[in-house]
Amino acid sequence: MARYEYGGDEFIFVELSEAMSLETNFQAMAITKTLREGKLPGILDICPSNASYMIRFNPDIIHPDELISKLKELDQEVSLENFEITARAVDVPILFEDPWTHEALMRFRDRHQDPTATDLEYVARTNGFQSKEELIKAITDSPYLVSMIGFVPGLPWCYQMVPNEQQIEAPKYVRPRTYTPERAFGFGGAFAVIYPVQGAGGYQLFGTAAAPIFEKEQRLHDFKESMTFPRQGDVFRYRSISMEEYEEIRSEVENGDFRYLTKEITFKPQDVLENPKAFSDSVLRRLYA
Amino acid sequence: MIKVINPGLQTTVQDHGRIGHYEVGMPPSGAMDKYSYLASNLLVGNKDHAAVLEITYMGPVLEFQQDVNVAITGGEMPPKINGQSVPMWETLAIKAGDVLSFDFIKQGARVYLAVAGGIDVPLIMESRSTYTLCGIGGFEGRALQAGDELKIGGENESEIAVGTRISDELIPTFSKTNEIRVVLGLCSYRLTEESKERFFSIDWTVTPEANRVGYRFKGERLNFVEREQPFGAGSNPSNVVDLGYPIGSIQVPDGVEPIALLNDAVTGGGYATICTIISTDLDKMAQIKTNEKVRFVAVDIHEALEIRKEYQGKINQMKQQVLGHKGGVKNG
Repeated sequence: MARYEYGGDEFIFVELSEAMSLETNFQAMAITKTLREGKLPGILDICPSNASYMIRFNPDIIHPDELISKLKELDQEVSLENFEITARAVDVPILFEDPWTHEALMRFRDRHQDPTATDLEYVARTNGFQSKEELIKAITDSPYLVSMIGFVPGLPWCYQMVPNEQQIEAPKYVRPRTYTPERAFGFGGAFAVIYPVQGAGGYQLFGTAAAPIFEKEQRLHDFKESMTFPRQGDVFRYRSISMEEYEEIRSEVENGDFRYLTKEITFKPQDVLENPKAFSDSVLRRLYA
Repeated sequence: MIKVINPGLQTTVQDHGRIGHYEVGMPPSGAMDKYSYLASNLLVGNKDHAAVLEITYMGPVLEFQQDVNVAITGGEMPPKINGQSVPMWETLAIKAGDVLSFDFIKQGARVYLAVAGGIDVPLIMESRSTYTLCGIGGFEGRALQAGDELKIGGENESEIAVGTRISDELIPTFSKTNEIRVVLGLCSYRLTEESKERFFSIDWTVTPEANRVGYRFKGERLNFVEREQPFGAGSNPSNVVDLGYPIGSIQVPDGVEPIALLNDAVTGGGYATICTIISTDLDKMAQIKTNEKVRFVAVDIHEALEIRKEYQGKINQMKQQVLGHKGGVKNG
């Protein structure tokens, strides 16, 4: 059962489920999309998140209880069967075990569950993989749904489109780091993220993304419309790259020539929920066709 | 043009805020004490959303290179023009060549300086507010530095006579012990009943970590209800599946120190939020300093909306005083 909560006098927070699942995320996406299309007066922000969503509103225009009734109606009306998502499949190149996140994670060993291992070794072990290479393979084999954006501008929470028993789970640091390099690729809870800018952070650090996901100067093609690249509903495929390819991409970024490899895709939640493997394979075929 | 001789501790350009981009993780930024912000703009005849300077703890030294009306509101930080004391909460005339400076702060934490026409910096996502974490907005995305030159814009819409001031009963008062009203909820079910009760019954002390991002409080440890963590939440009992954080929401990572998230805060994350400061009391929060005490008081949504109405009533009264000169006090 969904919980409807007041966040002071200007926010409503709706928790659809305490646990994460693809289905719950699709439900939050469907409700918030319908709400957005309804153009209800007095709504300032509509923020879909992983297993919940949040609305900022002006209570002088719409009473919070009226808004909650409206949201409860939507919860009943919205059906995943008729919900179609148009999004981008994106190739996201990652240099695993890079020198920059390695330096950062070594500096904060005293805040980690296992000071004697690296973050990648630790998570490989706790998820039952034989080696860190096997963990990297699992991370890069199947694509992720961008299930939420936030924390700082553009940070994508990414949830892998695999059956529940194959989900990778990782604890967050015991105490958060005060430093995380820009573009760090991390994992916490059931989510993979890229940190858009340097800052604090508590996710396990596995690598660095070669290309930015936030660009305030808006020089690159992918940032012409927005400083932030990821959009909820996008499907990201994290691809392991060599240092050589990393450096090539970095110079393309510097020159202003870099463009993400993307393909527009349209899908229904049922396609993913019924057979995540078949869906993943078809997305990857289309992306790299 | 205004030349920055000395920037003060942290002086930033702020306006009403960058609203409507929360879903991509963009916090609103903007003036933290909206009441004082509005009052400053009102006194110089600016539009409601004009950009002003938000001054924190220690004031800047500014040299004006043109004649312009200004107004200073917020916490009590006695201002001086060319070394002569001038009042706050009043329309002041500045002449080209005048130097505006400030004494040490006596009460509150933040002061607002509006100039007629507003501070002219580029609009980024419909706002001039500075968001220093990402280097966006304001003057080159950062706090002011010595040598900066600020342009004055054209965001004024009415002529306000020099000497117009806000009457005393509409000027906020400050105290070393503060009551901040919150609506309990969000993920408050995660706290034990005893910890919920303790949260509202002890005095919390503001730590040195108190800035535009948020305020951290010291008091005592709070405990979470034991449970098997839901899938995707992470292992700490204070963790939840990452969710959106309302502005003004309070979380207690690991149960150790509550953090109130403010204008430049992160927009979401994986810690259980337990309550939200009501919008009117965010202004009060902005004027609280390190080492001061805060007591949280629970109100329900109906009380919160009543308080909001009273607050708007005061703003309307202030507008009438200044724009209508009805009951407004004028100096000779």
